[in-house]
Amino acid sequence: MGMTITEKILAYHSGKKYVEPGEIIEAKIDLALANDITAPLSIEEFEKVKAEKVFDPDKIVFVLDHFTPNKDVQAAENCQKVKEFARRLGIRNVYDGGVCGIEHALLPELGLVMPGDVVIGADSHTCTYGALGAFATGVGSTDLTFGMVTGRLWFKVPETIRFVCHGKWRKWVTGKDLILHIIGMIGVDGALYSAMEFVGDAIYELSMDSRFSVANMSVEAGAKNGIFHVDDVTLNYLKDKTKRGFKIFGSDPDANYKEVIHLDVGKIGLQVACPHLPSNVKDVEELTNISLDQVVIGSCTNGRLEDLKIAAEIMKGKKIPYGLRCIIIPATPGIYLEALKKGYVQVFLEAGCVISPPTCGPCLGGHMGVLAKNERALATTNRNFIGRMGHPESEVYLSGPAVAAASAIMGRIAHPEEVS
Amino acid sequence: MRFSGRVFKFGDNIDTDVIIPARYLVHTDQKILASHCMEPIDKEFSKKVKPGDIIVAGTNFGCGSSREHAPIAILGLGIPVVIAKSFARIFYRNAFNKGLILLESDVYDHVQEGDEIFVDAKEGLIRTKDRELRSKPIPPFMIELVQSGGLLNYLRKKLEREGGLG
Repeated sequence: MGMTITEKILAYHSGKKYVEPGEIIEAKIDLALANDITAPLSIEEFEKVKAEKVFDPDKIVFVLDHFTPNKDVQAAENCQKVKEFARRLGIRNVYDGGVCGIEHALLPELGLVMPGDVVIGADSHTCTYGALGAFATGVGSTDLTFGMVTGRLWFKVPETIRFVCHGKWRKWVTGKDLILHIIGMIGVDGALYSAMEFVGDAIYELSMDSRFSVANMSVEAGAKNGIFHVDDVTLNYLKDKTKRGFKIFGSDPDANYKEVIHLDVGKIGLQVACPHLPSNVKDVEELTNISLDQVVIGSCTNGRLEDLKIAAEIMKGKKIPYGLRCIIIPATPGIYLEALKKGYVQVFLEAGCVISPPTCGPCLGGHMGVLAKNERALATTNRNFIGRMGHPESEVYLSGPAVAAASAIMGRIAHPEEVS
Repeated sequence: MRFSGRVFKFGDNIDTDVIIPARYLVHTDQKILASHCMEPIDKEFSKKVKPGDIIVAGTNFGCGSSREHAPIAILGLGIPVVIAKSFARIFYRNAFNKGLILLESDVYDHVQEGDEIFVDAKEGLIRTKDRELRSKPIPPFMIELVQSGGLLNYLRKKLEREGGLG
């Protein structure tokens, strides 16, 4: 019996020739990541077990991206604690201030994740790196401490659901629409404990930025990881980023799947997830007259250059209506700079948008765009749970960048064709 | 691993933003986290609940973020066990790592809020006022982890053996 790409990566990292779903293995870790929310807990655990060293300081990364630039004294003290710890342990990959970006956009950009890697991160959207053909999964702070100290962690080998995507992409439709469509179809626990593998001709057509969006939200279907195969698009992306060698894995033709789902992407339109679940998905055309107080374009899901490009194209020469806040958050300083060079930043400022430094901020109701009672937002982020962006009686709709930009101009949920 | 307590019922897809909203994640103190547990859907929860009470929920309990503050907040209220139809996977690991016992069962369909139930976690037995239910067995690997005092105790012993570094 053959193996899937996920099984092969886990087998290789646990020194086995073959693994199968359900098997408990201990795998070697190539990278362990934490942020300003999860690292402090992890450091407390590290101190409790009286560990003295991490397994490899160069394989630990701290990105202080959630409540930064520090939103209050406690947030500042948490970051201070992480930086002191890193200094003491010789961890150099610490991103704060002007080099800080949203972790899941930043790490691939810096070439810290390579195909075939096993990556654990104390952040549920760590699964984003699956876009590069890595096994990447979110863990809690305790698991992260174990990984940081030993360089290993136990995993249950997941079953895999394979999504075979074919057909021609419709105008404006991106990876975000694909993943929202899938979550709408299978539900927020439709891939619980499983790997989601995305293959097919239509996937080959998908940009890296879109692939990151898809892998990113696989956790919103309950998945352990989302994964893509390495192809020319991946290799081209990695060309100027590779700092170390990597191993490419691929699913065998006779690999075993829990389920194989075929999708014609030509049938997928612009998708919007309504409150309060990412699976509550509708076509944008169904949502008429939903007024908005805030639009957020950013996050580890959709704060990349492709997203800003689409938004700028739609907003060019247009104005945000009075009373609506549109917050644009380039996910990394690198993306910010590119957006500046390409003129997107000017388009956003002229339209009346607020441009935030790279941060997770409003996505989780942290800062930089928190909602009041009864306020309604549309965001390119990943979660619309009760109170996610602020007050428990506020609402969040989720979409890709095209719908978000058009909605910002119209002051209500809108299709991009309405403004272009 | 035997418990008896009053039932507090929650529905499907109780996410970690509900269990502990992100704005409180600047704290690591268990008491502070516990005082905001379930706040977005039940402001009074942390005041009503008593040590030993039990959360009973529907499917996909603990979905969303990887924040370990979620099981820490629940444990901080003295709740020793959560029984749900299913659990989100990161929450599942985090809970056992922190010593919060999780049982998979449809007991949600057979109890009312405030009912007293008895739970034998190791046997996977749940007794309500009028019936006996079986939960899915906790995987042997997780039982081993709990019995050795959680993942970090296992790590502590390993470090003591090996002198500082694994």
